Amino acid sequence: MRLYFKFFVMHLKIAMQYKLSFLFTTIGQFLVSFNVFLGVLFLLQRFHEVKGYGLSDVVLCYGIILMSYSIAEMFMRGFDMFAGTISNCEFDRMLLRPRSCIFQVVSGKLEFTRIGRMLQALVMFAYGITKSDVQWDMKRTVTLLLMVLGGSVVFGCLFLIYASICFFTIEGLEFMNILTDGAREYGKYPLDVYGKGVFRFCTYLVPYTLFQYYPFLYLTGRTDRQWYMLLPVLGCLFLLPSYLLWRVGMRHYKSTGS
Amino acid sequence: MIEVQHISKTFQVSRRGAGFSEAFKALFHRQYECIKALDDISFRIEDGEMVGYIGPNGAGKSSTIKVLSGILTPDRGTCSINGRIPWKERTAHVNEIGVVFGQRSQLWWDVPVIDSFELLRDIYRVPRRLYDSNLEELVTLLKLEELVRTPARQLSLGQRMRCEIAASLLHSPKILFLDEPTIGLDAVSKIAVRDFILEQNRKHKTTVILTTHDMQDIETLTKRIILIGKGKILMDGSLEHIRKRFSATKKLTVEYRGKHIIPCDGMELCSSSNQIASFEINPDKLGVSDAIAHISSQVEVRDLSVESASIDKIVANLYQQYQI
Repeated sequence: MRLYFKFFVMHLKIAMQYKLSFLFTTIGQFLVSFNVFLGVLFLLQRFHEVKGYGLSDVVLCYGIILMSYSIAEMFMRGFDMFAGTISNCEFDRMLLRPRSCIFQVVSGKLEFTRIGRMLQALVMFAYGITKSDVQWDMKRTVTLLLMVLGGSVVFGCLFLIYASICFFTIEGLEFMNILTDGAREYGKYPLDVYGKGVFRFCTYLVPYTLFQYYPFLYLTGRTDRQWYMLLPVLGCLFLLPSYLLWRVGMRHYKSTGS
Repeated sequence: MIEVQHISKTFQVSRRGAGFSEAFKALFHRQYECIKALDDISFRIEDGEMVGYIGPNGAGKSSTIKVLSGILTPDRGTCSINGRIPWKERTAHVNEIGVVFGQRSQLWWDVPVIDSFELLRDIYRVPRRLYDSNLEELVTLLKLEELVRTPARQLSLGQRMRCEIAASLLHSPKILFLDEPTIGLDAVSKIAVRDFILEQNRKHKTTVILTTHDMQDIETLTKRIILIGKGKILMDGSLEHIRKRFSATKKLTVEYRGKHIIPCDGMELCSSSNQIASFEINPDKLGVSDAIAHISSQVEVRDLSVESASIDKIVANLYQQYQI
C-alpha cells in the first residue's frame, strides 16, 4: 500500500508537469458527460417519465453509474491501456520485478483527468438528491455508497477481462467497450426499462443490476426488501471469473519482439 | 550458479507475401511456420563468471535471456538459477537478478532519474542503508551526479544507458543480464560502461551474461564465449581458444626498398604494390621472426607491422563456417 501511494504521488507529479493538457482533458471529460446530462434533462422535460422513473430518479441513477465508472477508470486505467503495454514490451519489464503483475499494471497508470467526470457525477448527485423525495437515513446513505463501490468493482473487473483478452489477441478488442462505455451510457436509466433480454444479460452475465437496479429500488422506496441494499457486495463476486481469466491469460503469454 | 539443460522453445510465426490480396487471403487462411527459437540449449555458468553470448540477429540470444530471467516459459527442458526455476518462482528469482535491455528503458520517462531509483528501491524492498551505499557507489562510478536530477526523457542515449545500468544494480543482484548494453553509444560512453562492468564483476563477484554485436565488448569483458546460431549452441569456449582455432594466420605488412620479395614456405603474398607488400603467415609452419628474417635477407626493410586477424573477422568467419 505504501508503494501504491508512492506511485500515486509520482503520477500526480507527472500530471502536474503537463498542466495544460491535464486542464483541458479534465474540462473535456466534464463537458462530454454534461452533454449527456443535458440530453436526459431535455428528454424528461418533455416526457416527464420513462417507465415510471422521473427526472430526479434518472439523474441520481446516472450519477451513481458515472461515479463508479470514473472511479474504476481512474484507478484501473492500466488495464484499459494494456494492449499497448503488451505490444511495446513493457509487460516484460513488469515480469522482471518482484511484485504481482496486477499490482504493477494498476499502479503503472493513473488517470487523474477522470476527475472531470467525477465532478459531473457529483453535480448530478447534488441535483438528484435535492430533487428526489428519498428519505435520506443511515441505511440509504450506506446503500448509495455500496452502489458506487460495487459499481467500481464490476467496472474494474470488466477492464481486467479486457486486459486478459489482450494476452490472446495482442491488440485490444473494441467490442468490450459495449460493456464498459456502453453500460455507462445506458446505465443512466434503471435497467428494467430495456426489456427482459437485456435485463437478464445484465444480471446473470455481467452483474450490472446487482449494483444498479435492485439497490436503486430500495433507495427510492419502491421496495421494502432491505437485503437489496447488500446486493452490490454480491456483485463483487464477479472478481472471481475475471481473475481466473487473467491467470489463464498470463499462462498463455508470449512476449513480443526481441 | 546457472544450469541450463536441454531447453527448447518454438514460436509460431505467420507468413504471408506482400500486397493487399495476400493480406486478404491471410485473413481466412493463415500459414503458420514453426520457428525453433531455442533448440536443445544446455550450458552451465559458475558464480562470478563473465560470459559473452554471441550470435547473429535472430539466433535466439534474447529468447535465452528471457527464459533465464523468467519472462518466457520454455516448451521443454529445465533450468535452475541459484537453485530456483525462473518461471516458477518468479518473484523470488527476479529479486536476485538485474536485467538491462539496451533497446528498452526501465526508467519512468517523465520523472527525474532519482525518483525512478527511489521507486525501484520500494519495489525491490531494498533496506535504506544498503540502498544509500549502493546509490553512492553507482553515482560516483558512473558519474551520475547531475544526471539523476534530470527527467529520463531528456537524457542522451549514453547518459540514459549509464542510468539504466545503475537502476538494475540498486538491489545488488547476484546475476546481471546485459542485452546489448553498448548499442548506439559513442566511444567514450562505451568505454565507461565497459570499465564499470569489469569493476562491478571484480568487486562484487557479480555474474555477468552479456549479449552483444560489438566484439570490442567481448574482447575487453569476457573470457568465455558461447556462440549460438539458429537456436543451437555451436560453440562454448574461451576467447583464446577460438582465436587459436579460427585465426591462425597473421598479417605482415612490409615497406621496403629493393626488388621483389620471393616468399618462402609458410608465407603467402597477398598484395604488393609501390614497394609495399603484405603477406599472410601461417604460424604452424613459420614463425613471425623467421618470416621477418627471411624478408630482410632479400630487401632493405624500412617499416613493418604485424597484425592478428581482428575479432570481428574471426566471428564473421565463424558465422560463415557454421552457415548461420
